[in-house]
Amino acid sequence: MIPGEFDYYAPTSLDEAVSLLSKHGDDAKILAGGQSLIPAMRYRLALPEILIDITGIDGMSYIREDNGHLAIGAMTTESELEDSELVQDGYDMLSDAAFVIADPVVRNKATVGGNIAHSDPANDHPAVMLAYGAEVICLGPGGTRSIPIDEFFTGLFENSLGDDEILTEIRVPRPAANSGTAYIKIERKVGDYAISAAAVNLVMDGDTVAGARIGLTNVSATPMRARNAEAAIIGKILTDDVLEAAGAAAGAECDPAADLRGTVEYKRDLTRVLVKRAIKKAASRAG
Amino acid sequence: MSKHEITVTVNGTEHTEEVESRLLLVHFIRENLDLTGTHIGCDSTSCGACTIQVDGQTVKSCTMFAVQANGKSIKTIEGMANGAELHPLQEGFWEKHGLQCGYCTPGMIMQADHLLSKNPNPTEEEIRWGISGNLCRCTGYNKIVEAIEYAADKMANSETEAETA
Repeated sequence: MIPGEFDYYAPTSLDEAVSLLSKHGDDAKILAGGQSLIPAMRYRLALPEILIDITGIDGMSYIREDNGHLAIGAMTTESELEDSELVQDGYDMLSDAAFVIADPVVRNKATVGGNIAHSDPANDHPAVMLAYGAEVICLGPGGTRSIPIDEFFTGLFENSLGDDEILTEIRVPRPAANSGTAYIKIERKVGDYAISAAAVNLVMDGDTVAGARIGLTNVSATPMRARNAEAAIIGKILTDDVLEAAGAAAGAECDPAADLRGTVEYKRDLTRVLVKRAIKKAASRAG
Repeated sequence: MSKHEITVTVNGTEHTEEVESRLLLVHFIRENLDLTGTHIGCDSTSCGACTIQVDGQTVKSCTMFAVQANGKSIKTIEGMANGAELHPLQEGFWEKHGLQCGYCTPGMIMQADHLLSKNPNPTEEEIRWGISGNLCRCTGYNKIVEAIEYAADKMANSETEAETA
């Protein structure tokens, strides 16, 4: 499987990359880790006329804490995320996800920014970032702007980035001391997409859930929050009945498609179970 | 069609070639450089048969363009042995029967080498997790894990000998 022909540019600065994007607009695609784009090009599902390879731009790969959030440079690889002590120590849900994204070889190339900019509901970061309430930073000809994650994903492989904008950073709010997070994914084999997965971020007030954000992976056309499941636990103590109500709500509000990974009914039921498990795990980590 | 001149160091030898932008790195290695130890399995970023090392990191060479390797240093299975002396990983696969058909072996060894460079004394679980992106349809993996354990032990012992010598 040979990709279609394209022109290749390897800018060495973000400004150069943005001006290439401004010039070529929709004909151009950004090449980050390429672990989704190159397979899509080989299957000829993607036929970009121009590739702008941003791997040669210095300073886009970093993980650091700034002003109460974790700043992740868009070109940070999933392996770097997996190995980061900052992530392991303070961001449990992100650490859970980093360990199960694709496979260990793919993680050496795949980038956090690429995972999010690709906006595939089957990818793991969208649900996790929705659950964290992250912020996406992008750069365009008019300068930098910030997009709340709730406004970022607009459809299957679609997001609110302009044709001339590059995703440069993801900001993950540092969870409060009384919060707990977890990401649980079921996959057929390492490297496959999730059959379903649940990302849960709880803020606890004693035994009561004071706040909740829940993201789901690969059970909708657009990466989604399980808002009915969130509503089912906020203000409640996590009894078995409350957990079941939250799981059932998530199973009902998701919208999976049948494929080799399972039927719609199976995926709804798996989502119900995973949401319950992830809520329990997140609650056990709170405090 | 866009063509680009690239210079790549492969197993210590520098190569300069003109390549089409859409040429995949695995094809560059196998067809332009005639290094056919790197295999093509699934052609879709799943199986890991084409795993090589680029600047010390393993990548699936079917999922990188040759033009992206410009200025980089690559190691393939052909770069593992030291003349006639097998690398401890190659010796381990031989001694422990870590292969049957051998198709996955080059990629498996390149990933195992990367794993041992990050973690010289891995547990069985860490080895299994480390090679989880490389598929083998013959061995059931047990013999591959033993081969990597053999290499880790041998490499640890040779370091100890070097220190006490």
